[in-house]
Amino acid sequence: MSVVIEQPRSPRSRKRANLEKYGWMYMRASGVVLVVLIFGHLFVNLFLGEGIKAIDFAFVGGKWSDPFWKVWDLLMLWLALIHGTNGMRTLVNDYTSKPKIAKTLNISLWAICAVLVTLGTLVIFTFDPCPAGAAAELLPSFCSAK
Amino acid sequence: MPSMPAGTLYRGKVGMWSWVLHRITGVAIFFFLLVHVLDTALVRLSPEAYNAVIGTYKTPLIGLAELGLVAAILFHALNGLRVILIDFWRKGVKYQNVMFWIVIGIAAALFLGFAPRHLDHVFNLGLF
Repeated sequence: MSVVIEQPRSPRSRKRANLEKYGWMYMRASGVVLVVLIFGHLFVNLFLGEGIKAIDFAFVGGKWSDPFWKVWDLLMLWLALIHGTNGMRTLVNDYTSKPKIAKTLNISLWAICAVLVTLGTLVIFTFDPCPAGAAAELLPSFCSAK
Repeated sequence: MPSMPAGTLYRGKVGMWSWVLHRITGVAIFFFLLVHVLDTALVRLSPEAYNAVIGTYKTPLIGLAELGLVAAILFHALNGLRVILIDFWRKGVKYQNVMFWIVIGIAAALFLGFAPRHLDHVFNLGLF
């Protein structure tokens, strides 16, 4: 990024500095929450019980039938994707020398972020743990009880 | 004989290497996150589609890669907390060096608690 040096006596423009400041604050605030969310996610999904072996559609269906885990995963989705995208933006700004390339990469990053946040949010809210016509042995146990 | 440059407080030391590691682990986690949102989205398609893709997570190769992912997350998370302490804690800068080694220590302890159990699951060893 090219550095613009303002006229020394021009009034202080705060706009850009504040945006960067909010980004800086966001990384720290979301980071603390993400440590809790992701450590909990790894503990429940990879450490408890049979770990990675136990993860299948029925496992996800069981978790997402509980609003607690829906909110947990939704928060993780939003916070982590924005945290990661903003981190990548920092790297793009550090390692590209041409402003045009930086801009293209950054727009691509935020577009990918927006698509995945939207997709993930829709999946969490429209998820059906007992889809009609699916083989019963692939579904959570509570599906057959209905 | 030319002697080694004296170096600085930052260059070639804990401050620099923790910064390098933070970036590398951050990028790795970011790309995994992109894949992970997509594979999880398959639950919306069909149980078969999701189970087929999540099945690859249980193979030996990807199972081992998951150890690397967990190690990267442990370092990035704990070093991130160290960065916050350096920024906001009055004595953060003074203790940044020792805090780095505490980060490595806690990350290593958690990793050693996780790795045998995970390998047991991936390779069906039946140890735990």
